[in-house]
This record gives sequence, structure tokens and C-alpha cells, in this order.
Amino acid sequence: MSGHFVLAADPMLAGDIGLVEVLLTLAKVVVAFAFLLVAVMLMIWFERKLLGGMHQRFGPTIAGPFGVLQTMADGIKLFFKEDLVPDRSDRFVFKLAPYLSLIPAFLAFAIVPLGGDFNSRAGEVEWWGRITYIQVADPPVGILLFLAMSSVAVYGVMLAGWSSGSKYPLLGSVRASAQMVSYEAALGLAVASIVLVAGGLSTHDMVVAQAAEGYFGIVPRWNVIVTGLVPFIVFAIAGTAELNRPPFDLVEAEQELVGGFHTEYSSIRFALFFLAEFMNTITVSAVIVTLFLGGPSGPALVSEVGGFGIAWAWGVVWFFLKLFVLLFCFVWMRATLPRFRYDQLMNLGWKLLIPVALGWFLFLAALEVSRDRGWNTVAVTTVTLVAFGLAGLLLAQAVRRGQRGGDPPGGAGEPAGGEAELTGERN
Amino acid sequence: MAEAVFAVAAVLMLAGAIGVVASRNPVHAALFLVQTLVGVALLFILNDAHFLAAVQVVVYAGAIVILFLFVIMLLGVDKAEELRVDPIFGQRPLAAVIGVALAAVLGTVIFATADLLSGIRRSGGERALDGEATDIERMGRVLFGEFAFSVEITAALLTIAVVGAVVLTRRAARSDRAAPAESGRG
Repeated sequence: MSGHFVLAADPMLAGDIGLVEVLLTLAKVVVAFAFLLVAVMLMIWFERKLLGGMHQRFGPTIAGPFGVLQTMADGIKLFFKEDLVPDRSDRFVFKLAPYLSLIPAFLAFAIVPLGGDFNSRAGEVEWWGRITYIQVADPPVGILLFLAMSSVAVYGVMLAGWSSGSKYPLLGSVRASAQMVSYEAALGLAVASIVLVAGGLSTHDMVVAQAAEGYFGIVPRWNVIVTGLVPFIVFAIAGTAELNRPPFDLVEAEQELVGGFHTEYSSIRFALFFLAEFMNTITVSAVIVTLFLGGPSGPALVSEVGGFGIAWAWGVVWFFLKLFVLLFCFVWMRATLPRFRYDQLMNLGWKLLIPVALGWFLFLAALEVSRDRGWNTVAVTTVTLVAFGLAGLLLAQAVRRGQRGGDPPGGAGEPAGGEAELTGERN
Repeated sequence: MAEAVFAVAAVLMLAGAIGVVASRNPVHAALFLVQTLVGVALLFILNDAHFLAAVQVVVYAGAIVILFLFVIMLLGVDKAEELRVDPIFGQRPLAAVIGVALAAVLGTVIFATADLLSGIRRSGGERALDGEATDIERMGRVLFGEFAFSVEITAALLTIAVVGAVVLTRRAARSDRAAPAESGRG
């Protein structure tokens, strides 16, 4: 074996690894984990409170000031409830499934840069004489870790439904995993656009690139602008669908499926699913901030207090502000948008998001090439956009012909069309 | 460190592989397969092939085994199979013969080219992916430079397979208006 073996691009882990390095890494992991747990607690409260406000009701008010301890009370209650394992369940898989949901949710968060001074120090901070990043890990595969974890998370949902040994959870889990697998493609293509522009996979490097001097002195160089908004929209929609959040929460469509894949779960195991769901919401928001909204980059308004450099803390502040805005938008969408129908969901994913994301990716690639070769950017843009317009028309025509020739919209051509036959819910 | 990681990965993979063969429930077998694939990903990381490790998890664990599970669940064969009756005559003796032959080939490859204890290959030489750049960059240059034509051909092949699958399922859907019981098996 080659002796050295790169775990991360973090400068702290590049040299010899001693006690301080191990302790610092451990501290980072513990802080990130604790942050996620507290954030989930506050997020559940925030969502209920905000939804209450948007619905003209109060939301939680009893436990603690403004009901902020409501989640903790619920958690304690769930912890002491009876833990039921259905008789017809596959016991081992039934007990394993909640952890398969929870662990990827946390691991994906590890690649998010949480703070640091990106104006003058490229996100590096110096703690106890060690130069490091404020992020748990900066693996060479970077953002691919997020994609890998979101594809592993499908197992939790799928196996939970299957191992329950009951009808509605199984249908719910087949539906959920079909949805997650479908939208993963669009998600991956949106990420590919970012990787193309950033020229690498490392999330840290992406933030460094976005922190550079922007346009006209005021517009920041965030990827949402650099990649022309389309990948951002695709990622936001596909990310919401990955999370199974409204308006894509068909997984737990109460009228059709009782509670979806976790119908048979009770007590602490149910709490774990709940935790994973909200952890995923926070993780996806944090990844959107990292990929598109500049991560922790932003101006350091006061860089020193009493001789201590606090420029890195401004990174944390900007990161949380951006995260908060996105989380607000998630709750807002839940309060505003009605749930999609299953065939609408599949149509949106396969016939709109994936072609648009792929087309835009190719367009960005063409722009990169034209910049390298010194071609006329305007001509390249016009030609590619016209070509994609034609391709889009052809695709629309093909889809229309396919529908006319065969079944009703969203018929046998769609993936996992088997569910329609299983449930008989269409027509 | 590297030896410890190798040991963990090897135990994971071997246990998973035995599990795939030994478990009677197809869903359990698929889960053991995931375990094996994760072990392989670990070995990739150990050899500094980070990109391959990520792709291993995304594609094999995240897509292909999920597809297996889908088919298992939709066909409803997720119960222990009756194993006493051999559905195809002569299948098992043949499987044993092929298994032994495969083991012999693998054994030859392992014992002929590597130092047994350290696992170091004798047939060293320069690897295609050695160099200064990251593994992704090197792989990209090899795939889209030297082997660009093969990549394009493979892409065309996959597209044809997808189109073929769609055509087949659509035909099936039309004919089973008469017999709806056959649907959902695409």
C-alpha cells in the first residue's frame, strides 16, 4: 500500500496526525451533530409555529416561551411510549430501517462548510496552531458524497415499508423510492452544472470560488447567477422531491396510504424517522446554500473584537442567515402549495426537469468550450439555445404522440407504472 | 492503518458475499449484496480511487440494487423460496463445476502474481492512472481522450437498450387490456 492515504483536503490532516488533530476532528463532529439535533428541534417548532401563523392559528404555545420546548416534550413522550413490532414484520430489517434513514442524513451534512473567513484567508482558520476548515470533512469526492448519501437514504424508506409486512406501508415505500430514484437524476444533473463551473468536486473550493469578486462590484459571484438560475430551480425542486416534503409528500398521502412507509412504526423508531426527515431538510438547505448561494462567504463587517480576530465568525453568521431564509421557504411552500398527483409528479420529473437540466448542462459546457477556444460567445449562445429549442419541440412532440398512441397520460411508459395496477387508484 | 482498513473491508465483503448466497429471503440477499458493494468502495478509497468509490455507492448500491429490490417487491417473491426442487435439471452440479473452475482461475491469478502475505503485486509497471493530477482528472482524460469512441458506443448501446425496454413494455401494456394480470412486470 502506498503509505499515505488522503482522507481529506483539509490542511490539518495533510501532515502528521497527533492528539490535537484527532481531538479537533472529534470536536468538529460532536459540534456538527449537536448542531443538527438542536436545529431539528428548533426547525420542527419553527415549522409548526409558522404554519400556524399562515393558517391563522397559534401553533404550539404551552411548553416554554412561545412553545419552543414543544418538540422536546414530544420527543420525551415518544421515548416512553410502547415500542410495537408488528407480528408479520421482518424483525431485523424493521429495526434497521430507521438508522438507514438517519445516518445518511447526518453524513451528508459533514461536507457543508459552516463558517470561516472567505474574504482574505480562503476559509482557513487557525485553532491551537493548526490551520483547518470549519467543516467536518472535505473529502476529495466532495459533493458526490451528498449524492451517494441521498441514494443510500432510499434504503431506509424502502426497507421500512417492506419490512412492516403490511399493505399500505409497502405501497407507500414503493411510491417513495420511485419518487426519490426519479428525482435523483435531475438532482445529479443540476450538481453536474455546478461541478462544471467550479471545475472540481470539493465543496470548500466551490465556496472559495463563489467568494471571489462579483459583477459590477455589488452582484455576488454566486453559482445561482454564474450558472444562470436554471440549475438552482431544478435542484430546489428535485431536492424538495428527494425530501418527500410538500408539495411532493405523496409518500404520506393520508387519504390514500394512512401514514405511508412509517405507518407501523411507533415510539422511538418513529421519532428516528421524524428526526431523519427534518435533518434531511436542513442538510439539503445547507447544500443549496453551499452550491448556489455562496455558502459562508460574505462581508466581515467587524473583523476584530478586543484583539481577537472574529472574521471567521461572520462566515457562520452569513451561513445561518442564508440557511434560515431557505428553511423559511420550505415551510412557506408547505403552507401554500397543494400536493401533486402521482402521474403529475412523474411527468414533472422525467419529461421536464431531467431534459431541462441536461440541456442546460450541455449549454454551460458549450459556453466553457467557447471561452477556452475564444469563439464568439453570443453566436455560441444563440446556436445552442436554438438547438435546444428544436430538441425540446421534438421531445414534446414525441411525448404527445406516445400518449395519443397508447394509454391515458402517465400510463405504462412511466417507471414504476406497476403501482397503478397494484393500487388501482387511477380511474 | 491501511492493513486495518483492508481487513475490515475484506471481512465486510466476504461476510456479505456469503450472506448473498446463503440467505433464503431474496430481500436479505440483496442487502448482503449492498454490504459487499460498500466493502468494495472502501477498498477503492484505500487505493486512492475516491471517485470510483463514490460512483460505486451511487450507481451500484444506490441504483442497481434498488432496482433489484423493486423487481423483488413488485413480483412478490419476497418470501423464502422452496429450495428442495431443482427447477432446471442439472443446474446444481453444473453450478458446482463452474464455481470450482472460477475459484481455480482466481486462485491462480492471486498466487501467481502477488506476494501472499503483504498482498503486493509483482507485476508492477506503471498504472494508467498514476500521476500528479486527481484521480477524476486522470480518469476523465483517459475516458474522453483515448477511449472516447468506446464511451460513445457504450452510450449509444445503453440508449438503444432503454428505447427497446420502453417499446417492449408499451406493447405488453396494449395486449394486456385483455389480461390485466400480466401487467406490471416490465
